[in-house]
Amino acid sequence: MLGEGIIQGLVETARNFFGSYVEKDRLTTVQYPEERLTLPEATRVFPFLLYDGSDPEAGLRCVACQICEKECPPRCIHIEKSKDKKPDFVGKPQAYPAVFDIDVAVCMSCQICVEVCPFDAIRMDTEFELSTTDRFGGLLWTKEQLSKPNEYYQTIHPTEAAETDERRGKELADAQAKAAAAAAAAAAKSAQAAASPAASEASGNGAAPAKPEKVVPQ
Amino acid sequence: MSAPEAVDQIFVTLKSWLVVHTPAPLQTLVSIVISVATIILVFAGLFALTTVFERKGLGRMQNRYGPNRVGPFGVFQPLADAVKSLTKEDLVPRAADQVVHYLAPLVLVGVVFLSYAVLPVGRNMTAVNLDSGVLYFFAVGAGTELAVFMAGWSSHNKYSLLGAMRAIAQMVSYEIPLILSSVAVIMIAGTLSTVKIVEEQARTSHGLAHWYVFTPWGLAGFILFMIAATAETNRSPFDLPEGESEIIAGYFIEYSGFKFALFFLAEYLEMFAVSGLGITLFLGGWSSPVSFLAWIPSWMWFFGKLLALIFAFIWVRGTVPRLRMDQLMNFAWKFMLPMTLVVIFSAGLWHFLSVDVVGPKPLGGVIRWLVCALVIFAPYITLARGLERGRKIEKRVYRYAE
Repeated sequence: MLGEGIIQGLVETARNFFGSYVEKDRLTTVQYPEERLTLPEATRVFPFLLYDGSDPEAGLRCVACQICEKECPPRCIHIEKSKDKKPDFVGKPQAYPAVFDIDVAVCMSCQICVEVCPFDAIRMDTEFELSTTDRFGGLLWTKEQLSKPNEYYQTIHPTEAAETDERRGKELADAQAKAAAAAAAAAAKSAQAAASPAASEASGNGAAPAKPEKVVPQ
Repeated sequence: MSAPEAVDQIFVTLKSWLVVHTPAPLQTLVSIVISVATIILVFAGLFALTTVFERKGLGRMQNRYGPNRVGPFGVFQPLADAVKSLTKEDLVPRAADQVVHYLAPLVLVGVVFLSYAVLPVGRNMTAVNLDSGVLYFFAVGAGTELAVFMAGWSSHNKYSLLGAMRAIAQMVSYEIPLILSSVAVIMIAGTLSTVKIVEEQARTSHGLAHWYVFTPWGLAGFILFMIAATAETNRSPFDLPEGESEIIAGYFIEYSGFKFALFFLAEYLEMFAVSGLGITLFLGGWSSPVSFLAWIPSWMWFFGKLLALIFAFIWVRGTVPRLRMDQLMNFAWKFMLPMTLVVIFSAGLWHFLSVDVVGPKPLGGVIRWLVCALVIFAPYITLARGLERGRKIEKRVYRYAE
C-alpha cells in the first residue's frame, strides 16, 4: 500500500533513536581525545633519528651519508656533514650530521628514507598530534628534536626493532671477533718479533697494529 | 481568578500591567512593541534550541552522538554557531545585483515573522486577532517565494537560479494542497479567524475536546497538511531546492556569514509557523485534548505540540531520502491534490450527516465517523493502486559496475 515503506523507515529510525540511548553497542563513535584506539604496529607518521645509549650526541647512528637526503622525493631533509669524526658503534671513526633538519610540512611519510638508510639510523615515528601555532619554525624539526633513543623505537615498533637489534648485534659481534683476531695476529707477530731482533727492528714502534678501540656495548 | 488561570494568563497580565504603566499616547505603540519583541525573541530562541536538538536527534537516528562538546551535552552549540556565522566574511559576488542580494534574506525573515501575528500561542495570546487570519497567513507566506526568487536571481549564479526555480515550482505546487486541506477546517468551523477556530476546537463533550484531528477528514487533512508543509518549508525529503548533490546549495549558494544564517533562521521559522498553523487548524491550538488536563497552561500546550511536530519533522528528515523532481511534481498533482479534494468532500459529508440523518449518539456518531472515513479511504486505495500500476519494481541490474 502507498506509504507503507515510509512507515517501515520511520519505525527503523525510531528504533535507532531510542536504541542508541539504551544499547551502547549501537554507538560506534570513538570520542577521540578521551577515548583512543590502539594504533596498529605498522603505523607511520614522520621519520625520527635513532641514537644508542643515553647521549643523543655521542650515540647518534647517523653518519651523514646523505643518501636519504638525495632519495627523499619531496626533498624535505637537509643535512650538513661535520668536519670532524666520531666513533660509531663498532668503533670506526665516522662523520656525523652537524645539521639534520626535516620539514614535516613537506614530508609525505613515504618511508623511503628508512628503506635506503644503510646505518639503521632513521625510522618512522607514530606520534601524530603535532599541531603547532608556528607554521614555519614549528614544523621544521632540528636534529635535537628528531633524536630519540633506541628504547623508544623498541616500544613503538617492537618487531622491527628486534630485527634491527639482532642484525646490529651480529655486526658488532663480527667486528669484535675481527678485532680480536687482528689483535691475536698482532700479538703473535710481536712475539715473533721479540724472538728475532732483526724482525723487531723492521716492524718498529709505529707499526703497532690498530688496537681495537673500546667498544661501548649497547 | 484561580491559581491555574493566573498561571495561564501570566503573560497577558504582565503585558497589560506594562502597558497601563506607560503614558496614554504611547500605549498602543508599547503594546505592539511588546508583542513583536516577544514573538521575535521566543521563536529565535526556539530556533537556536531546534538546531542543536535536530543535530543530536539526527545523530541518534544514525547511531551517532551528535554535537556534545560545547557545554554540557552540547547545549551551547548554537552559541558557538552564532559566533562562527557572525565572524565569517560576508562575500557578495561582483556580478550580483547588490541591492536585491542584500535585501533577499531580510525580506525572507521579515515575511516569515509577519505570519506569526495571527498564531494563537495561548488563551488570549494572539498578536492580532484578524477576522481573516488563515487567509492572511497564506497571503504573507506567499511572500517567501518572492524572497527566494530574489536571492536566486540576484546572485547571478547558475546554481542559485536553478535552485530558486525549483523552489518556486515546488512552493507553488504544494501551496495548493496546503490551502485546500485547510479549507476543510474553514468549512466546518465557519470562520477564517484563527482564534475562533481554536475556540471551536477547545469545546469539550464527555471530557474529550473537539479537535478536528479526531475526525476522519481532520486526520487525513492533517497528514496532507503536514506533507504539504514539509514541501512548503523546503525540508527533507522535499529539499530539492538546495539539493547538495546536484546544485550545491540552491538559491543561497552565494550567501555567507550572517546572511546565510538569516536564510537558515527563516527556514526554521517557516517550519515553526506552518507547524503552528497546523496545530491551530487541526490539533486544537492551545487547548488540552482531555478536560482533566485543562489545568496545564494553554501556552504550554501550544509549545508542547509545537515541539512534538518539530520532532516529527526531524524524524522524517532522518528517515526519508530526497525525491526526484518528477516524483515531487507527480506527488503534488496526482496524489496530494485529488486527496485534498476528497477530504473537502468528506468534511462536507460530515457537516450534513447530522443527528437527524444518522440517528442519535453514540451509534449515530460511529456511523458518521465510519462513513466519512470510507469516503476518504476508498479513493486513497484506488489512487494508490493507480499510481503503482505500470511501475515495475525489481532488482536493479548494473551494466558497468560489479
